[in-house]
Amino acid sequence: MNFWSDPINSVYESWLLAFTGWGLDATLSQVIIYILGILILITFAMVIDILLVWVERKVVARFQGRLGPNRIGPFGLFQPIPDVIKLIIKEDTTPANADKFVYNLAPVLSLASVLFLWAVVPLAVNIFGVDLNIALLYMIATGAFGTLSIIMAGWSSNNKYALLGAYRQVASMISFEIPMVVSLLIPAIITGTLSMKTITEYQVNNFWFFLVSPLGALLFLIAAIAELGRSPFDLNEGESEIVSGYHIEYSGMKFGLFYAGEMLHAFTFGGLLAVLFFGGWHGPFSSEFPLLGVLYFVAKAMFGYWIIMWIKYTVPRIRIDHMLLFNWKFLTPLAFALLIVTALVHPLLKDQPQWIYILGMFLSNLLLGWVTIEILRGRSAKERAAVEPVAAVGHH
Amino acid sequence: MEPTQIIFLVTAIMMLSSAVMVVSSRHLVHAALWLIVTLFGAAVLFALLEATFIAVIQVVVYIGAIAIMFIFAVMLTRRELRDSADPWNKGWPVALALTAVVAVTLGSFLLKWDGLLKTSQPMAEGYDSVASLGTALISPDAFVLPFEVASVLLLAALLGSVYVAMNKK
Amino acid sequence: MHNTWLYVGLFLIVGIIFPVIPLVLSALVAPRKPNPIKQSTYECGLETVGESQVQFKAQYYVFALVFLIFDVETVFLFPWAVSLNIQPYFVVVEGILFISILIAGLSYTWRKGMLEWA
Repeated sequence: MNFWSDPINSVYESWLLAFTGWGLDATLSQVIIYILGILILITFAMVIDILLVWVERKVVARFQGRLGPNRIGPFGLFQPIPDVIKLIIKEDTTPANADKFVYNLAPVLSLASVLFLWAVVPLAVNIFGVDLNIALLYMIATGAFGTLSIIMAGWSSNNKYALLGAYRQVASMISFEIPMVVSLLIPAIITGTLSMKTITEYQVNNFWFFLVSPLGALLFLIAAIAELGRSPFDLNEGESEIVSGYHIEYSGMKFGLFYAGEMLHAFTFGGLLAVLFFGGWHGPFSSEFPLLGVLYFVAKAMFGYWIIMWIKYTVPRIRIDHMLLFNWKFLTPLAFALLIVTALVHPLLKDQPQWIYILGMFLSNLLLGWVTIEILRGRSAKERAAVEPVAAVGHH
Repeated sequence: MEPTQIIFLVTAIMMLSSAVMVVSSRHLVHAALWLIVTLFGAAVLFALLEATFIAVIQVVVYIGAIAIMFIFAVMLTRRELRDSADPWNKGWPVALALTAVVAVTLGSFLLKWDGLLKTSQPMAEGYDSVASLGTALISPDAFVLPFEVASVLLLAALLGSVYVAMNKK
Repeated sequence: MHNTWLYVGLFLIVGIIFPVIPLVLSALVAPRKPNPIKQSTYECGLETVGESQVQFKAQYYVFALVFLIFDVETVFLFPWAVSLNIQPYFVVVEGILFISILIAGLSYTWRKGMLEWA
């Protein structure tokens, strides 16, 4: 087996041979190699995470007409290093009335819940942690730990702002989980599997799913932003009212873990958007050279991350009641409507030629989007008429 | 002992001790957090049985939804979160005796069951439990009626909870 | 050969331990000079009034309840979606029936005004 065509398995087998050659038990050496592999994967994720600090600071600066970090290294590229050193040598204060164990566990769980995701994300044709046949559900399950860490942080800090921020964040996370799960069902319907590896391979062999379900990709993106608690859904940390939300009492490296977790989470959701709707690692020569596939994957994930940043630094924050209403009265019904449309159209067209299938699915999405916009227009006209009766009369 | 047996024993001990913590914690939120450990242990047991779908569902539904709702309920409804009363009362010997009787009865039934000592067959290579479950759920000659009835049950639960919440207002 | 759940289990363990490393590192090098002012609850310079772990709106609980119902629903929808390709067309209708019964519940909640932030 060649390293360039199948790097993971060739390394795995040569190491397994070496370890068993030293007289180690086969299972034990498998466990050791797995742990080493996991450490490499997590380190890869964390190196990207540290680079993201620079990306985020540089991009927000450009959005705001500033230069951003530019002193340390070329283009300020080494800025994250002093940032991390500073976080490590900061004094870590704990509120006197905090629930110590839960308080310390929360940031660890917060970052861990994001790292867990990397076990199932396919980075290239044969570079992935594990091919779970329920990877999409696994992804939702790791989100449960993220939610848990937020409520633990908010409650154990013994601070009203922290608890209020945690409530808001958890309420929005659980609400937006419904449209997210429903948008996940669309690739599942088309491919007939919940494995991310198979979903990517299907897209490599056929077409990228944003062609057949642009509305699904949009729903996933909106729900992902809400899950991340980024603007316009960042009312969990509305600094003008509750200062910084659930991590208000955290300082030093514990705050750093929340920060790193949030940033890596955004990047990972960019990657998942790529996996589910934009072909994952698919690109020219990606099947022959898996390492090239990793590059494509990171580029696509970075693109998704950039869209999330773009929205974050453009759109103002909305109110908690508006946000929950937006989810339950608009996004959830729309997601279920899209699911029904997909379930009706997909079996009808799946045996037709590919271009008819793509066109039919795309048009059904377009039609649903158009109907939604018309309904919204009608409703908003009605509401405007109720608020400004004089103006409405004046128009006619 | 096989590695899976060791994992099973560790998980079982973890589940039992956290279950004890659930009932003995003086703080309701702590009790809810210990409950999450117990529920996660159940997910590990399902994973050991290679019931992948059930294992993940256990985490999604029980930790992601029900435990969060417990914590919400505890934080939103109780004015005094800390329980200061004595957890022991005069009835504890009776309770202990009753649990012992139930445990012995269940244990003896289990010992009679011949499935106890059987080793389960390993899953066939490439067997997709999710697709089989889906097929079973919607085939007319399998579980399609329970599948639809489940949605009515969920509807009833939703209507009931909304009604109760409405009356409180 | 490859053991999926062994890998996932190890990943969960390593994933939990990994974030502890920077915390330990920080605990070794960071100064530690606690005093009562530093350890007080942060509230924009004011003293905290009353209990900190106060109770909030019951509305959050209603949303959690609605979420729970829909979460359980999606659990049923995953197997349905996966087996859609290998089934005759009428199973689509079964799934749609399932979804619409729950959408009816959502619209009831909506009409009764429980989704409003009252």
